[in-house]
Amino acid sequence: MNLFDIIGPVMVGPSSSHTAGAVRIGNIARKLMGEEIAKAKIYFHGSFQLTGKGHGTDKALLAGLMGMPVDDSRIPRSYAEADIRGMAYAFFPIDLGDVHPNTVKLVLDGVKGKHREIVGCSVGGGRIEITEIDGLGVSFGGDYPTLVIRNQDIPGQVQQVTTFLAEENINIGTMQLYRAARGADAVMVIECDKEIPEDVIPALEGLKGIVRVTYLSLK
Amino acid sequence: MYKSLAEIIAAEKEKNLPFWKVVMQDDCIELDISEEESFQRMKYMYEVMKASDAAYEDNLMSRSGLVGTDGKKIHDARLADKLVCGDFIGRVIERAVKMGESNACMKRIVAAPTAGSCGVIPAVFITVQEEKGYTDDQMTEAMFVAAGIGGVIAHRAFLAGAAGGCQAEIGSASSMAAGAIAYLNGADAEGIAHAAAIAMKNLLGLACDPVAGLVEVPCVKRNVVGAVNALTSCDMVLAGMISKIPPDEVFDAMRAVGRAMPENVRETGTGGLAGTPTGIAYREKITSL
Repeated sequence: MNLFDIIGPVMVGPSSSHTAGAVRIGNIARKLMGEEIAKAKIYFHGSFQLTGKGHGTDKALLAGLMGMPVDDSRIPRSYAEADIRGMAYAFFPIDLGDVHPNTVKLVLDGVKGKHREIVGCSVGGGRIEITEIDGLGVSFGGDYPTLVIRNQDIPGQVQQVTTFLAEENINIGTMQLYRAARGADAVMVIECDKEIPEDVIPALEGLKGIVRVTYLSLK
Repeated sequence: MYKSLAEIIAAEKEKNLPFWKVVMQDDCIELDISEEESFQRMKYMYEVMKASDAAYEDNLMSRSGLVGTDGKKIHDARLADKLVCGDFIGRVIERAVKMGESNACMKRIVAAPTAGSCGVIPAVFITVQEEKGYTDDQMTEAMFVAAGIGGVIAHRAFLAGAAGGCQAEIGSASSMAAGAIAYLNGADAEGIAHAAAIAMKNLLGLACDPVAGLVEVPCVKRNVVGAVNALTSCDMVLAGMISKIPPDEVFDAMRAVGRAMPENVRETGTGGLAGTPTGIAYREKITSL
């Protein structure tokens, strides 16, 4: 918390959780995709579904997926903007069960063929949390450069990755481990203190047992 | 960030620095930025507030159709000399309504401390500056005072309606504005704290009961009460009155009241005004849009 969390952010109204937060979820989903989005299916849960229209949550999410910041005056016109860019989008209601009331599930296809399913929620004051990527539970807020590494659930994976990062002189802020089931795919979420050089990502992907590396840059 | 106004008051005396500078220096350490950079960032926030005020469009309605165009009504009534409160308070009312409506109409605003309460500080600040001729640098100092008060409230209580009702949003905005205007009028940290405390006391218990869950009814009009309450609270202190309950204890009371509030008046859009037959009818109409 700092003074500019109290006075600020500069944002398009009307709601920090339902508008600004939705833009940020879109922004982070776009970065996790790492390429332009060709097609977006957007599933609103709970309060997002019930009061989203009146808060412009749909327009905000779409704007975020196109990379617009929370104070972009084009947010109210994001449907038209998406049409101009040739980005396909559709909205659906969904019941995701016992999750945060402001939750959205995004099913995204990129222009180069990448496919991602991302679930995120807006936890208040414009802060957000990504809770699921491609079916595996995670938890990060997008406040730090973040590595999301999907790997085989075999011994030595964590050590291999942390050693590699240490050799690159990258300091780890926080690290979380998740897996779907024993022996299935696992996920490491690593929040770093500084940006990771571009060439590190393919090198990480080349390590034994690593299935996929997604990097969230703050740039 | 400071955890109490008492600490800021003590720091003002100890360091012989004004409230705003005590707060700014502390934040510079937190954010690892220079005082110059911090000052410019805060000045920018005030510039955006003024730009948002000027960008009001008097023909816009929100998507639900519940709010919009009322800013023009106040404007016209003020110019026709129809307002009981006169021109100065009339301008405060006008600006608060306009900013609340702009927010509901998806225009660019500064959350201060929240989007729902974004009209309070600009309505008070811009009108007071217009009236008294303060420079933008002086207004920026006052913004730091407001932010410092908000930081203490955030630490001791909350700033979100979902957490503590409207007292946490409009109450906090009003408290922040009251202290800031007291500063501009020569109050020391003690006076600033008492103005902030009185403004908060007057809005303790205010429910967050938005119709259909939208930041529209009654949010827009509550920005007016927050703004006007800030000015009257400030005046009480300038006249020599004090809050009989110490300022930090007032914020603690806000937390206790917020904790005791039922969920239906904490931004769920179910209790209070939202739960009236008319409120429910609006919700049904809007949901089917």
